[in-house]
Amino acid sequence: MSPKVLLNNKEVNIILHRLACQLIEKHTDFSNTVLIGLQPRGTFLAERIKALLMEEYKLPEVQLGLLDITFYRDDFRRSDKVLEANSTEIDFLIENKRVVFIDDVLYTGRSIRAALTAIQSFGRPSEIELLTLIDRRFSRHLPIQPNYRGRQVDAINDEKVLVNWKEISGEDAVYLINN
Amino acid sequence: MSELSVDHLLGIKYLNNNDINLIFDTADHFKKVINRPIKKVPSLRDITIANLFFENSTRTKLSFELAQKRLSADIINFSSGQSSVSKGETLVDTVNNILSMKVDMVVMRHPNPGAASFLSKHIDARIINAGDGAHEHPTQALLDTYSIREKYGEVKGKKVVIVGDILHSRVALSNIFALQLQGAEVMVCGPKTLIPKHIIELGVKVEVSLRKALNWCDVANMLRVQNERMEISYFPTTREYTQQYGVTKSLLDSLNKEITIMHPGPINRGVEITSEVADSDQAIILNQVENGVAIRMAVMYLLASKIKQ
Repeated sequence: MSPKVLLNNKEVNIILHRLACQLIEKHTDFSNTVLIGLQPRGTFLAERIKALLMEEYKLPEVQLGLLDITFYRDDFRRSDKVLEANSTEIDFLIENKRVVFIDDVLYTGRSIRAALTAIQSFGRPSEIELLTLIDRRFSRHLPIQPNYRGRQVDAINDEKVLVNWKEISGEDAVYLINN
Repeated sequence: MSELSVDHLLGIKYLNNNDINLIFDTADHFKKVINRPIKKVPSLRDITIANLFFENSTRTKLSFELAQKRLSADIINFSSGQSSVSKGETLVDTVNNILSMKVDMVVMRHPNPGAASFLSKHIDARIINAGDGAHEHPTQALLDTYSIREKYGEVKGKKVVIVGDILHSRVALSNIFALQLQGAEVMVCGPKTLIPKHIIELGVKVEVSLRKALNWCDVANMLRVQNERMEISYFPTTREYTQQYGVTKSLLDSLNKEITIMHPGPINRGVEITSEVADSDQAIILNQVENGVAIRMAVMYLLASKIKQ
């Protein structure tokens, strides 16, 4: 079956602007807020949001870090492949900061659970929020919900949501693929 | 490139270049982890590891133990001095007793060459060789070459001389394998009595003059003279050894380039290197120790990932 387009280029763009505006509504000047993109796929969305905030909405400084959760996952030795790590790049303190996790697809919630553990290695944030482009709402294994969501999708379990970014795939688009 | 080709780490000679790259890349991540305010990750929280040391060790044992704790593994320690080995129990019996306590991985140091390999054929656990007699000490060679890569960007094309007691050294053999696998040129240097007769067949250069060896190399790995393994005299006196094969600051300053000094420890200060050299900027001895924890975390993480539930 051919993939179904969930969001096209224009729709992704509108959603990114809306998410950026929602963040500004809550965090105003970002003086005490940091964005954390989750490796590997959340980093593209995080970089885009940061660029929008600084270039389109003229915020003077938005701090962005990248967090890898490989060593904190709960499926180590349960999945067939070795969990290969990506780099973590957080070169600022998150103690007492307001942290916004950014990931492209919220599915079971297990990655976010791992990220909540991983971020503790960098201090105690005052609060943590979650921003996600796609929320697969019927697939959660854990009680985790996003604070900012791009689009809610009712995908069933053997369907896959694929997010393409210009940086790696040449287009911004979201597809639903039937396995 | 995402899984080791081996189920145990018995020696460098069983590894390929992809394995080494995978271990190094994983160690890079763990090195960042152990420099964070909270240095621990939960990856191995349901893995139990037995550290079996049938021979004395300080830094290797501490390094493994720290690496295991940083990975949240459960550990049990065993040293032969305080055990039933002295009561006549065989190696397989000792280890099987420990395994019946549901151990997933064994880190073992043993005075007999091939002990780790023997064990891997008889018991159902992942084995890491932490030194078997004068045979191999793979994690030491991994951390040594990792430290060279860290200093120079790559190991390939580097000239490395291993100085001292090559005959009794498991560090030398593992290092030769690891360096050659990564494309370095290797030379051994020491008194003829301490250089194995057929070592040239491994494709290494042999040099008896320390000055010539140091002028040739980028890195000198200084080995300790293992008096405890010498049942006969291999050189007249320690003083004479030091005069011929001890590295001093003035010797280093007289070379035509700046070389890097490594030492696997423990150092006999004033024998193979002077204190001035050991504490100088040219020495990366303490970097080696730090890297040892990251390398051992990487090895145990990668081996544990092959234990399926």
